[in-house]
Amino acid sequence: MNSLGEKYLRKSSLPTLFCPGCGNGTILNAMVRVADKMGLENFSFVSGIGCSSWIPVFINSDVLHTLHGRAIPVATGLKMAQPNKHVVVFSGDGDCLGIGGNHFIHAARRNIDITVVMINNYIYGMTGGQVAPTTPHHVTTKTTPYGNPESPFDACVLASAAGATFVARQTTAYPAQLQKCIEQAIQHKGFSYIEVITQCPTQAGRNIFGSGDPTFLYNELKRRAVINPNQPIQGNEFHIGIILERDDKEVFKPMTVGEE
Amino acid sequence: MDSNNVRIIHGNEACVEGAILAGCRLFAGYPITPASEVAEIMANRLPQEKGTFLQMEDELASINALIGASWGGLKAMTATSGPGFSLMQEGIGYAVVSETPCVILDVMRGGPSTGQPTSSAQQDVYQARYGTHGDYEAIVLTPSSAQEALDLTIRAFNLSELFLTPVIVLSDAIIGHTRERVEIPVKVDIVNRQLPLDGVEYVPFDADKTKRWIPYRANFGMGHHIVVDGQLHDGYGNRVGHIPGKSAALVQRLCAKIKDNIDLITDIELRETEDAEVVLVSYGSTSRPALRAMKEARKLGQKVGWVKMKTLFPFPEKELAALSQHVRTFIVPEMNMGKIVNEVARVTKKQTISVPKIGGELHSPDEILKVIQEVL
Repeated sequence: MNSLGEKYLRKSSLPTLFCPGCGNGTILNAMVRVADKMGLENFSFVSGIGCSSWIPVFINSDVLHTLHGRAIPVATGLKMAQPNKHVVVFSGDGDCLGIGGNHFIHAARRNIDITVVMINNYIYGMTGGQVAPTTPHHVTTKTTPYGNPESPFDACVLASAAGATFVARQTTAYPAQLQKCIEQAIQHKGFSYIEVITQCPTQAGRNIFGSGDPTFLYNELKRRAVINPNQPIQGNEFHIGIILERDDKEVFKPMTVGEE
Repeated sequence: MDSNNVRIIHGNEACVEGAILAGCRLFAGYPITPASEVAEIMANRLPQEKGTFLQMEDELASINALIGASWGGLKAMTATSGPGFSLMQEGIGYAVVSETPCVILDVMRGGPSTGQPTSSAQQDVYQARYGTHGDYEAIVLTPSSAQEALDLTIRAFNLSELFLTPVIVLSDAIIGHTRERVEIPVKVDIVNRQLPLDGVEYVPFDADKTKRWIPYRANFGMGHHIVVDGQLHDGYGNRVGHIPGKSAALVQRLCAKIKDNIDLITDIELRETEDAEVVLVSYGSTSRPALRAMKEARKLGQKVGWVKMKTLFPFPEKELAALSQHVRTFIVPEMNMGKIVNEVARVTKKQTISVPKIGGELHSPDEILKVIQEVL
């Protein structure tokens, strides 16, 4: 095992349950490298339900693997109890924007000092490939056999509008940038959010991209990712990088009375 | 010795004072009639105690915030009523299976659905016991006065910390809004979760019968690197849902943790039951007119007794079965269509008469006395 893996992974929970070619391993890798730099003892992790919510379970730290959609309120309570910890949430697109969407916008509004890493694979992967709030219009999934009649969320626009103070988009196709961005998000004071667009060979590959080949999907994400913020995006392209960073909004802290 | 502070307060405020005395330092809730005063008073009181008040976006968030706070080491509570209690069931199940201590106050109102927001009822008793899915045992306490609202909220925290499980305080609109004399104790006995022993390997989700099936509990940040999961798990928290024996073992231990320790939990009050032929079995606000009816019957020379259950679940089977040795008839007044009466019938195997009342009004003593006269 890689020496960082040896040091930071929870061996009793290995092997991971990720499919071959899944991007979640890349995100786990990035998180472990950030924790190595910032000190794993300074972290607590919370996640919901879905493939990507397993990411922190494999880190040998304090981890709450919670209910579908509820990671953010659990993280809110935990942060109140342990204000000096970096509380990092891993959540999928269905977990964060579907069943947990209300919690997501309210945590952003509060500007509570937690970090949410939302892994977007465009589909409900663990349950077998059903349409998600991020699935592109018209594509077929298991529950949209005649094409998706709905439009997807732009999660970064949503987070910005709801009041998040650090908003970024990254992709597993650029792991070094991803790692750097996770660190920046954690260092940010206030609600920080990263959407990580990832390849899902088993479900999104088959259902949406027309191929389950991880190399094809990886190259496809690389092709779609636009780094230059001034370059307009076309078709299924997306911008990556920090989209919003502001320090003009007070970070949530509970009210106190009497002496500080 | 300091004397206790006596105040005239309503049951909702009494719950807050009890919670703070018990060590509650985080409240997360969402406004709902008739429980909103609990949040309002908590918002005022907790900052004075260096605690945290959170008004969350809904009841789902509220119960889940307790779970995070509890693992962070805080004693935490929420308060709600019927519709909100329904939303919390998912989180209560997670708290059960992850062995997360926390306290949920349900100030019952009439249902189903939005129902009767401002009227009282006892219709949530089965939801409190069976509301979340899967096999589990619930601890449910039922105060019948503002004083008991305070006392039982303290007890709820203590039981929760002892057994590492959510505890439900089932109050109702009458108890929540009735102002009466409450003695606020200066000092109370506090139970805290038992921290792991030094020098012994810590297995966060395992305990055998000699430990009453209750594990030690480290909080996050103590260096134990705990993984907490709602999936069925082994002693180390790793998922075992695909292993039948280990999955069954967890559910069996979680149930045994409550059932095998029922004597540490049960709290019922008996009056005039020694020679009674007829016994009124009651809980919560209906125990008040029931007590009066019993006294009136005694004045008439009738052999009538009275039972008040302060712990509704685990159901006090042993105590009621003992009464059935000499009691001919049990009468169960409830502000619902007849629920706990089924439990009483199951346990006592004697004639059991339901006195249901819905619509929002409490039984009058005369209504209960009339039923006594019919069966004597």
